[in-house]
Amino acid sequence: MTTKPTTTAPALETRNVSRRFGRAEGLAVRLHLARRRPVIHALDGIDLTIPTGEFVGLVGESGSGKSTLGRIAAGLLSPSDGAVSVFGRDPQGDRSVHRDVQLIFQDPQASLNPRMRVASAIGEAPLVHGIVGRAELDDYVCAQMRRAGLDPAYRQRFPHQFSGGQRQRISIARALAMQPRFLVCDESVASLDVSIQAQILNLFMQLRRDLDLTYLFISHDLRVVQHVADRVVIMYLGRIVEDAPARQFFAHPNHPYTQGLLAEIPDLKQRRRVYAPVKGEIPSPAAPPPGCHFHPRCPVAFDRCRIERPALREIAPGHRSACHLNDAPEGERRAPTGEIA
Amino acid sequence: MTSAPVASGRRPAVTALRRFLRAPTAVIGLALMALLILGAVFAREIAPQNPFDLAAIDVLDARLPPGSASMSGDITYWLGTDGQGRDLFSAILYGLRTSLTVGVGSALLAGILGILLGLIAAWSGGIVDALIMRLVDLIMSLPSILVALLMLALLGRGIGNVVLTLVLLEWAYYARTARAQALVERKRDYFEAARGLGLPTYRILLRHVLPNCLPPLLVIAALQVARAITLEATLSFLGLGAPVTQPSLGLLIANGFQFMLSGEYWISFFPGLTLLLAIVAINLVGDRLREVLDPRALR
Repeated sequence: MTTKPTTTAPALETRNVSRRFGRAEGLAVRLHLARRRPVIHALDGIDLTIPTGEFVGLVGESGSGKSTLGRIAAGLLSPSDGAVSVFGRDPQGDRSVHRDVQLIFQDPQASLNPRMRVASAIGEAPLVHGIVGRAELDDYVCAQMRRAGLDPAYRQRFPHQFSGGQRQRISIARALAMQPRFLVCDESVASLDVSIQAQILNLFMQLRRDLDLTYLFISHDLRVVQHVADRVVIMYLGRIVEDAPARQFFAHPNHPYTQGLLAEIPDLKQRRRVYAPVKGEIPSPAAPPPGCHFHPRCPVAFDRCRIERPALREIAPGHRSACHLNDAPEGERRAPTGEIA
Repeated sequence: MTSAPVASGRRPAVTALRRFLRAPTAVIGLALMALLILGAVFAREIAPQNPFDLAAIDVLDARLPPGSASMSGDITYWLGTDGQGRDLFSAILYGLRTSLTVGVGSALLAGILGILLGLIAAWSGGIVDALIMRLVDLIMSLPSILVALLMLALLGRGIGNVVLTLVLLEWAYYARTARAQALVERKRDYFEAARGLGLPTYRILLRHVLPNCLPPLLVIAALQVARAITLEATLSFLGLGAPVTQPSLGLLIANGFQFMLSGEYWISFFPGLTLLLAIVAINLVGDRLREVLDPRALR
């Protein structure tokens, strides 16, 4: 009943994917039925491949486009340009993709329908998709709840009768009920207390082992990602600036932005060190700076950064970075922060 | 790992009902409404005579004041009789039945039509949305009485035609509220979540969005029932609404109108009073519903 094609296609593959918001809709604007809005470049030429089974941490400040990328991966948004494939299929117009990819939101209070009992929230979609019959539905729902660490005895309650961590477990159970192979977690632990965060992260790791899941774990918090990810991808203003295996990433960060982000993580072992956080705010995606998007905040920016967009190039096996400094001969490389020197 | 859910809260509907019952005026309104509805539903059982069975009424009993006994002596006319010798109490119960049927029926049908169109407008946006909403504006800008008079003049009297006219005039109110509410709801995460689960569109709209839009629509529905009853009474009073064989409260008022100045006030007064009580009761309930279901009052 639930045979899924065993493909070797990666869980997610994006080729030069861009997404703009608020493009004027010709006729409606001309007839004054809609207002012209500035165009937001949420994603700008994203190339990313997530092999099956990998746990990828996607990190960026708010406005970096990380949630947009997550939504495109989950088939909730279509890209303006470029090609997306999820397990080799285009998530647009193929509803069956939703059985393979599930999105877990930041705020479980908001992502659960307040007027739906837990049992129907979890059981509705599997029933509609024919994953489970009406007769076995109750047992199926109980199994999903147990797997997410919830007591099935509470399945006839409403979401507001649960605590924040329990609500996130409900939304995890709801996603798992679709028997997905790929979970997109959009800031899924950000709204929880630190102790609950750890519980939910442990649940994610356990599910990964039990169900062989692939993860795109979106977060603004490198500390969270550090604990769970195999690979870390950093986004800045709609572009990927660095992409590296986790160990390599935390040991040898390449991009000045990444180095700034890592400098912001408090570390007990390193008591006396230069504290050099990234200065300023992320520019508006409606008017991104030319050249390298990061140059207005970059401590080592030079003329070329203001004009030319740096390509995302491989600088070590599996380690990609988008910085013009990587083009300079090795001896001339300046260390951007006190970290490296 | 599995601790008990916090707060042994009840379902939202139960909480709302409890809050509703805290206001004495609303309880009075609700009681009055229940009384009138019971009277209308069991009119046949309660009424001392069938006021529209010509064999049961006696012209000799015409225009008797309240409290008089009939010529045959077997009925006391507690509210008097009309120009044909009908027991007014019986006529009012039957009339109430017609009025409530028209009011509730048209509000219900208009609700279904308006909510569906409102949801469709909110969902599709663009040109469909613009078309539906301009139609709503058009209908709401027209004086309802005038349109109703015109439509009934064309269609002729009859309960069905009155309901049709009222539905045509009322759906716009539901559509506008349903659309506004649905636009708010579709920005919420649970809507995205439902899409992410790959649920079909109609299911998302009816099972996820609609229940969350319902509170303000219930308030509109209550007030639209009152509006429909008033409008129907006006039309019947003007001789365009309910047929003579199925007189509503409006027609009863019209029937007694000519005797108003000759001191036989009761023929118009009691149907009018009943109409007034019905409208006040519905409005009391509707207003309290608004207070109870308004999210701003809850937070």
